[in-house]
Amino acid sequence: MHPLAETLRDRFPDGFLDAREWRGDLAVTVKRESLHAVCRFLRDDPTMGFDYIVHVSSVDWPDDAERFEVIYEVYAIRHRRRLRVKTRVPEDDCAVDSLVDVWRGAEFMEREVFDMMGIRFNGHPDMRRILMPDDFPEGYPLRKDFPLQGKGWRDTFDFLEGAT
Amino acid sequence: MGLIQIGGQHERDGDLGLVTLSLEKAVNWARKGSLWPMTFGLACCAIEMMAAVSSRYDIDRYGAGVFRGSPRQSDLMIVAGTVCRRMAPVIRKIYDQMPEPKYVISMGSCATSGNIYDSYSVVQGVDRFVPVDVYVPGCPPTPEALFDGILTLQDQIMKKRVLTRQPEQVRPRETAAS
Repeated sequence: MHPLAETLRDRFPDGFLDAREWRGDLAVTVKRESLHAVCRFLRDDPTMGFDYIVHVSSVDWPDDAERFEVIYEVYAIRHRRRLRVKTRVPEDDCAVDSLVDVWRGAEFMEREVFDMMGIRFNGHPDMRRILMPDDFPEGYPLRKDFPLQGKGWRDTFDFLEGAT
Repeated sequence: MGLIQIGGQHERDGDLGLVTLSLEKAVNWARKGSLWPMTFGLACCAIEMMAAVSSRYDIDRYGAGVFRGSPRQSDLMIVAGTVCRRMAPVIRKIYDQMPEPKYVISMGSCATSGNIYDSYSVVQGVDRFVPVDVYVPGCPPTPEALFDGILTLQDQIMKKRVLTRQPEQVRPRETAAS
């Protein structure tokens, strides 16, 4: 196992689930409850030094028991190394703790995950849609069960008054 | 026939003497030679639009090189790129802020038809909510194709009536679901 992953496993024996290294990319999977503590350790510990949030994304696995996966990509500028932190989210309790208080740059990325996949972030300062209109009624477009052409809207514009 | 007919004697070089032409032609000629486009790049078509502005292609040869950052100072909106649903009201608001006379070029497949993005978020053609004068095909169109669109628009401007206002035309929505 990668030494960084071993450090995390020793430090968080309850929250650490898995570590996988593939073509130089290290990805660790942690429990949803300990994600916030792990990430705060990753940022604050000087041997870790992950001070930069690269991206927040999400995956829909419709057949799995815990359907969604939230993925944080972080980077240590000083050590020039990357890490991918994953956690699983079940559909009936579709929320994780927000990491905006750890990395401020995660704010818009978490909003995008909420907009596209419908995963809520507890403690997020501004949990609104970001890409789709605020009153978008059709659900969450990146879920696998969302039809590509949407659920109805094609080309009706409410700002066109009178002009059909 | 030439636009400007020169009469009278040339007293010195550069002096046109007496010029006769119809007012409508004069106004249209001035309008077509000073198309001020608005900077409205939405996607990769904007890269070709920038190339058209730069020195190799030089859009200024057609009088359409004064790109403005404000819709209140521009005559021509070149919609260059994919129009998303969230962007549509913004485009309409900017179009409404432009002073008359105003023209719209739909540059590229995305602005014209939505291209391959027949999806929940992409508007299937910018002509659904603003009237389009010229459609330029291509993905993205070359600067030459954009110039062809500008020349076509200039031809259209020369045929326009100056003293009467023409109604705005937006393509009616299709009733049959595709």
